[in-house]
Formats: sequence, C-alpha cells, structure tokens
Amino acid sequence: MTTIQTKLTPPAGDERVARRSALQKLLGRPEVGALVGAIVLFIFFALVSPTFTQPNALATVLYGSSTIGIMAVGVSLLMIGGEFDLSTGVAVISSALTASMFSWYFSTNVWVGVILALLVSLAIGFINGWILMKTKLPSFIVTLATFLMLTGLNLGLTRLIGGSVSSPSISNMEGFDTARGVFASSVNIGGIDVKITVFIWIALVAVATWVLMRTRVGNWIFAVGGDANAARAVGVPVKATKIGLFMGVGFCGWILGMHNLFAFDTVQSGEGVGNEFLYIIAAVIGGCLLTGGYGSAVGGAIGAFIFGMANKGIVYAQWNPDWFKFFLGLMLLLATIVNLIVKRRAELK
Amino acid sequence: MNAKAIDQETLLKNERDPLTHTPVHLLSLEGVGKHYGNIIALSDVTMAVDNGRVTCVLGDNGAGKSTLIKIIAGLHQHDDGVLNIMGEERKFGSPRDALDAGIATVYQDLAVVPLMPIWRNFFLGSELTKGFGPFRSMDVEAMKAITLKELAEMGIDLRDVEQPIGQLSGGERQCVAIARAVYFGAKVLILDEPTAALGVKQSGVVLRYILQARDRGLGVIFITHNPHHAFPVGDRFLLLKRGKSIGYYDKKDITLDELTAQMAGGAELAELAHELEQLGGHGEVVKAVKAEVADVDDTVNAGGPKHT
Repeated sequence: MTTIQTKLTPPAGDERVARRSALQKLLGRPEVGALVGAIVLFIFFALVSPTFTQPNALATVLYGSSTIGIMAVGVSLLMIGGEFDLSTGVAVISSALTASMFSWYFSTNVWVGVILALLVSLAIGFINGWILMKTKLPSFIVTLATFLMLTGLNLGLTRLIGGSVSSPSISNMEGFDTARGVFASSVNIGGIDVKITVFIWIALVAVATWVLMRTRVGNWIFAVGGDANAARAVGVPVKATKIGLFMGVGFCGWILGMHNLFAFDTVQSGEGVGNEFLYIIAAVIGGCLLTGGYGSAVGGAIGAFIFGMANKGIVYAQWNPDWFKFFLGLMLLLATIVNLIVKRRAELK
Repeated sequence: MNAKAIDQETLLKNERDPLTHTPVHLLSLEGVGKHYGNIIALSDVTMAVDNGRVTCVLGDNGAGKSTLIKIIAGLHQHDDGVLNIMGEERKFGSPRDALDAGIATVYQDLAVVPLMPIWRNFFLGSELTKGFGPFRSMDVEAMKAITLKELAEMGIDLRDVEQPIGQLSGGERQCVAIARAVYFGAKVLILDEPTAALGVKQSGVVLRYILQARDRGLGVIFITHNPHHAFPVGDRFLLLKRGKSIGYYDKKDITLDELTAQMAGGAELAELAHELEQLGGHGEVVKAVKAEVADVDDTVNAGGPKHT
C-alpha cells in the first residue's frame, strides 16, 4: 500500500474506498449470514408445513426463540468480549431455585425471593469473572468448574431444604400472581396470545445493541474481545468490562429463571444442563466470533430465532424430532465457516 | 573524535526546559533499575526528555529498551531510582496513570484492535460522549469527523473511517497511532521501534511524523536499534546494552559513525574477524571486518566515548 503519500497522489487514493457498494457494506455485517439462513429456513418451513405461517404457530415459534434469545443476548455480548460461559444453563435454574426455596422456606412474599435471586445471579456472574481475571485461566475451565458446582448445589440444596428433587409449589404464596404477571404472562395482540418473554427479549436486544454500538462500554466490549492487551494499553478497564459482561449474563439468567419459575410453580433441580450450549450456538450462528471482538446482539437474536424455527418447525412439519440435533449441528458448522471467512477478510491487509 | 558522554551533573542540574526555562525536565529518570525475580532487566539508567526534543534510546535485542518503556508507560514499576514528571517523583500503577500524566505510548504492535473500525480505535479508552446519566452515549459523528481531520493533517487521506484498522498498511497504522497520541494532548510520546517492520520509504514517512510531533512541542522518546534512523531526528542518545546504559550523548557531541560504532561494539567485530579467519577462505570478508575493527578502535582510542 502506498496510500501513505496520498498528499502527492490526489483523489486517486479515494476511489478504492468509494467502490464499496451498499450491498458490500451489508455483506460486511456480522449477522448477515444468519439473516440469510433465517429467511431461507422460514421459506422452507412455510412451504413444507401450511400451519407454520399461522399467527398462532408464529407466536409459539417466537416464544421458543425468546427462551433461548434472552440468554443469547448476554452470551453474545460476553462472546464479543472474548469469553464464554458454560455455567449459564444451570445458573438459570439456580436463580429460579433461590427465589422459590427462599420464599417457601421463610414464608416470605415471593418478591423477596425474586430480588434475592437477582443478587445471587449477579454474584454468580461476578464470581465467574473475578476468578477468571485473577487466575487468567481460560474461561472454559473456570465456567466448567462453576457449571459442575452449581449443578451439585442445585440438586444437593434442593433435597436438603425441601426433601425432594423439585422445589415445592409456591403458587399459593403472596406475590405469586403479580410475579407471574411480570415474568410469565401473555399479551393478547389481535386475538393471538404472545408471551411476555418475547417482548422482554426484543427489549433486551434493543438495549444491548444500543450499548454495543453507541456507548463507551460497547467500544470497550469490542476492544477487550479483539485485543485485551491493546485495550489495556490505551486505558480501557479490561477487568471491570469482562466482569461486567459476566454479570450481564447473570442478569439475563435471572430473567429466564424467573420466567421458568412463574410459568409453572415448581422447578426441577436437575434441569438446565446442556442449555448453555444452545445459547452459545445461537450467538455463534448469529455471527459472534468465538475468539471475540466481533459480532452483534441482533445476530444472537437471529441465531435464537433460527433455533426456535427449527425446533418448532420440525414439529409443525410432522417430522421425527430426531433430525433436529443433526440440523442444529449443521447450522453451527456452516455459521462458523462463514464467520471464519468474514474474519479473514476483515484482517486482510 | 570528541564524543563526550553527558554526565549526571550536566544532565540534571544545568539543563533548562526550552519552553519554561526552568531547570526541570518534562520527564527524567535517575538511576532507574528493574528486576524480575533474580533477573536484572535494567539497572542504573539515567535520561531526560524535554519539550520539543527527541531522546533516542538505542540498543540491540535484549538490551532493556522494552523494560525501559514499560516503566515509563506504567505497565511495570521500577524497583530502583527515581522517575520524575515535571520535577515531581512518580511511580505509575497502571497505563491509565501514565496517560493521565500526559505520557502516550505507541507500541510496536501499535495497541490497535484490528477488527475494530479506525474511528473506534482512534478514540478507544477516551471516547467522546453526549447526554447524561444512563442515556450517555458516544458522539459518533463528532468522533468520525475528528478522526478524519486528524488523519488528514498527518497526510493520510481516508474516505471511510469505518473500515477495520487491520486493513491499513503498517505505516498507516503507525501514523494513526501517532495522530491519536498527539490529539489526546500527550506531552511525552514514546515510540517503540516504529520503523522496525517498515520499508525504507515508509520509515522515512514515520521519521517525518516524529519531527512533526517534536515541532508541536512534544517530548519524544524514540526507541530503535537503527542508528541511521535515530541520528537524523534525535537530540539526545541513550545507548543500552544488556540492561545497562553504555553512553548518553548530546547530538553535538557525537557523530553517526561514532554512534554506529558504539552500537556495533568493537569487541564483537574483532571476535567475528577472528572466527572467520579460523574458518578460512573468507579473505575478502576478513579484511573488511578488520578494517571495521580498526575504525572502531580509532574512535574509542581517540579518547572518545566513555563507557559509563
């Protein structure tokens, strides 16, 4: 490149920049691969299953997507920040168990348990991040350890306190109905019941996108994921940013945990194992680089939507659900390859 | 041959700041040392940086150049000696401290995040914001405009500051990093081997930016192992070898040849000549090296550079 002396070679240096068309700019976005995949998938299921495009079915697909998507928001941001979290699946259950067991055992208003659960969820995120920053171990190891510990705590404490593998029913307790209204109600839009989680999901994606694209913290998230040493050298608080991201994941886990609790009235203490991969898959399909520094919250949402479509679409098409996992694996592989190509191109000198 | 090492007395007592005319340096090190466990990485280094002057730090690989800048940039803390900023003793706890004291560092790897757009890199860590409280957001338009303008002033004409910085050439990225430091009001600019990975032409461009930064009144610390790059732009030269200072000169007291000879080290060259002779068959080369040795010896014997 000789553009360094563009002073000597007037506008000649510019045309190379101007050549980038709007289409190319669009193709440069992290979530574009996932968006194309989502559209193709939607058309596919619309063709093979007439019921798939019914408003009721769409509401169901959106609900399924939202239960993954709410977590995918936090996980996407964390992944852009260069880390990932294996403890998310069971942390959701830990949060739900905390709320239900505490308010049941002490016979308090359930809202006390809900607030306590928020603190516990944020604390789990903080501990994950803090250990990671202190030890500089890979996040794979640290969060695998918290995953195992939380799994054990969920089972052990639930049996110790309640004497059963599931938490006792709290449906008759004070505050249950208002909490259900906040975390697990439905909104009727034109005769169709849409679950409130869909709206929470959309709101979270909007906030996360604003944070990423338009705030200082968003700039720091990209930087700590892209090159933590460079970020530190220019004065970015790397540790605080990463710990904050883990706490953000904790917050998302709290919302989903509360939904799980109030959608029913008990929680199975052994649930949640394996869900962490679904959130990571949604983020990766949505264009977040596993190595950090690249991605978007919208991408994670599209990834979750693809997951929801595939999950419910197979049912509407009346296929054997055995195929679902194969399909999910294939999507993941294709998405990762697309991401790799994008990154290579972006780093092209 | 009359190269005269600057001794500590002249350095710290009689020099005056060219702008304020006070006998205080913008930044000065007195007998600074650093060890990692039982490894002594740096010992007894004394140097000074003033407004509108370029202090060059020369040395081969492993001479302690990196340790020295890490101390000044706040990445490491020194164990011995004193680091003064405007006559006030300081010890930086973090790079942020150093930045707040007006010391900006352009690292060899440039401290840029390749996947991020140029404007985000330019303002990383010092983003402009607007709005209040939870709705405080980045002033994206202003940041893009400033990036474009600052780079244009540096002679880099970019239409699109949205492109990832990884797509720029090495020289361009170097200039973005320098422009960033200058824009954020750095008083001291540390350049870590800015010309090491560049071709001849691009090195020339970067040297020009060093002079531009100097003319804007910045104190520049230019780290390099190439005396040919250091001599034309430097005002003072600190030579490091194996973690020790082997000389500290004012430009008027030393020539390029002497600087090169000091860097090369006469003893090493003599040894090389000896080895080549033993191997045999390199008559021409041996003669050339011997001539070089004689040259270096002349320089040293003429009562030239004192090894401090």
